[in-house]
Amino acid sequence: MDSLLTLWSANTAVSATVWLLLAMTLLYSGRRPAHRILLSAGGGLRNVLRLTSRSLVQLERHLTRRNREVLLAAARADAERRIEREFSRIQTMVARDLSGYPALHRDIAAAIDSIETTYRESGENPPLPPAWSDVVNTIAALPSHGDPAVAKVLNNIKGAVEDTHKETLKAWQNSSAERHKLLSRMQPEWRTLNSKMDEVARTVDGLDSRTHQLDKQLTQFEEIRRGEDAAVRSLTSSSLTQFFIAGLVLTIALLGGLINFQLIALPMSEMVGGTSYIGAMKTSDIAAMVIILIEIAMGLFLLESLRITRLFPVISSMDDRMRRRMMIISLTILCVLAGIEASLAYMRDLLALDREALTQSLTGMSAAAEVSGVAASHAEFRWIPSIGQMVMGFILPFALAFIAIPLESFIHSLRTVLGLLLVAVIRVLAIASRSLGNLLGHSATLLTHAYDLLIMLPLSIERLITRRSPAGGSTDEIAAVIPDVEADEEETAARAKGRKPRRRVKETDSDAEAVAV
Amino acid sequence: MNTLTRFLTAALVPLSLALSGCGGQTPKTKAVYLLIDTSGTYTQELNKAQAIINYLLANLNSGDSIAVARIDSGSFSEKDIVAKTTFDMRPSTANDQKRQFKQAIDLFAGKLKRGSANTDITGGVLQATQYLNETGAGDKYVFIFSDLEEDLPDDYTRDFPISLDNIHVVALNVTKLRSDNIDPRDYLNRLDNWQHRVTEGGGDWRVLNDLERMDRLIVAN
Repeated sequence: MDSLLTLWSANTAVSATVWLLLAMTLLYSGRRPAHRILLSAGGGLRNVLRLTSRSLVQLERHLTRRNREVLLAAARADAERRIEREFSRIQTMVARDLSGYPALHRDIAAAIDSIETTYRESGENPPLPPAWSDVVNTIAALPSHGDPAVAKVLNNIKGAVEDTHKETLKAWQNSSAERHKLLSRMQPEWRTLNSKMDEVARTVDGLDSRTHQLDKQLTQFEEIRRGEDAAVRSLTSSSLTQFFIAGLVLTIALLGGLINFQLIALPMSEMVGGTSYIGAMKTSDIAAMVIILIEIAMGLFLLESLRITRLFPVISSMDDRMRRRMMIISLTILCVLAGIEASLAYMRDLLALDREALTQSLTGMSAAAEVSGVAASHAEFRWIPSIGQMVMGFILPFALAFIAIPLESFIHSLRTVLGLLLVAVIRVLAIASRSLGNLLGHSATLLTHAYDLLIMLPLSIERLITRRSPAGGSTDEIAAVIPDVEADEEETAARAKGRKPRRRVKETDSDAEAVAV
Repeated sequence: MNTLTRFLTAALVPLSLALSGCGGQTPKTKAVYLLIDTSGTYTQELNKAQAIINYLLANLNSGDSIAVARIDSGSFSEKDIVAKTTFDMRPSTANDQKRQFKQAIDLFAGKLKRGSANTDITGGVLQATQYLNETGAGDKYVFIFSDLEEDLPDDYTRDFPISLDNIHVVALNVTKLRSDNIDPRDYLNRLDNWQHRVTEGGGDWRVLNDLERMDRLIVAN
């Protein structure tokens, strides 16, 4: 290095100046190709990155479209399922309530006939008392003229008329009482009729609300079928909510599984041995884990055969008898495993007690505890954790069985969430790629300026010469004198096509800028 | 957190086995050989040795091995092994074995009244290496509960290198002798000599005088 630095002169400064001048001359001579390299490299990189960005944008669009299709398809299937369920409910309702409609109709018709008959019976009016009161009054008002015989006759006539009137009135009253009795017999018929009508109204109301529900479902289905943006937004939001809720429940289930594992891992070592390993894991731990996984699998099959979840189309498409059999088998296995877990939990308690006793005997604590009576007082409550562990061992498998429901939601919503995440990542990459391309393009221009800055001295000299020379052209004109086969060919081709070469224009611009500097 | 790790590992074990071709590292079993000096006045320290044995019994698991032997005038003999066992794979049986082992040690401590005339530590260490190598355990320990002052009978030869490859040798409760108080360099030289012999033989040497720190006995390695 030192020999190079002192190549031209023993004085380092002189030699360095020579080197500098040499470098400047070389850089000045190679200015145009260097500019061209920098600009073409920058432009090329920018184009590549812009192309990448455009491809990523297209990929993003494709993915968004695909996500939308998947989301709509899933939602359509779900809506179809719900509509199918609504129809099934309506069918059940119709079969249950309206199948009895003919009998109901007969009852109502009989009740109406009965009421009609009774009404007719009550319509036969007895003869009304004749309008004899006027006759009696007239007879009573006749002047007797003091003749006792006439007065007696008149009184007799009046008495007879009054008796007849009383009898007629009594007969009329009896007839009215009979009609009232008939009318009161109609009352239960009315009530029956009323309750039957209420029943019909309830059924019709139920059907009405179901049809409204069905209408809503169908409207939603129609929106989904049309692929409306509002429906897609709503479905996306719903998927995200489902994802987080299902994730939360799965985390809780995971913790439950952890407790379950803790309960059966130790006693498992008593069954399969504590020194056996598969890889780096104890066989007993794996066995405990396998039991828990089998419980979850049985829970999946149970809920699947109950048609609560639909993770396995094979199970849900089975015929009812086979499905019922599968349900019974899954439930039986689950119960057996729960029983095993309860016994393992009890065994764990025994082992823990044994270990505790051993530790106490090794540390000499048992003797001290016996002296103080602590052990005796604790012994009477030992059954509480034992029973607690057994109950937990029995309950946890059933609790874990229900993991299938959040698992289904999680799996279904995971597709949407992953799709959204992927779209977001691709969008970020596209933006980054485009920004980087622009940055590189500008950096190339910046480097050409920096290059000119390095050869500022010869450029200044050139500018001076150009100014003094009357026929002198610009830097570009001088540079144009230098034969440049590639540029000439390009220029000729451009002229033949009737347009200016782009690169030349750019270079001319940059040269002009350099001169301005 | 440890349980969680185990749970997750167990859940992912089928996948990990498939990926690694069952090439996981099996945790190592341990084998411990405790040499108890029964010479001279060191028998008074026997209760400390019992505490160490109890600690070891509490911390060793199924598959681990333990042996306790005494150091007397000629220790390179199976007769000097007081008790030895390899714990069963079932935890309950292992617990029973530990109880029996403790009883055997208690019996030995109760019977021991008089110390031996000489102290053959090297013979004991040789016997220990044989036992430990036979167990095939992953981690092998020799605990020497002694003042490390070797006093061999006249015709005994012990000045040769001992092979202690991959064996951790821990000197416990190395008491100072009366002469050490006069010149402490004797004590330091004694420790240095043993360290030299162990490391030359390929073993790992440690001294643990503070028995309150027994948790470092096995875990520290």
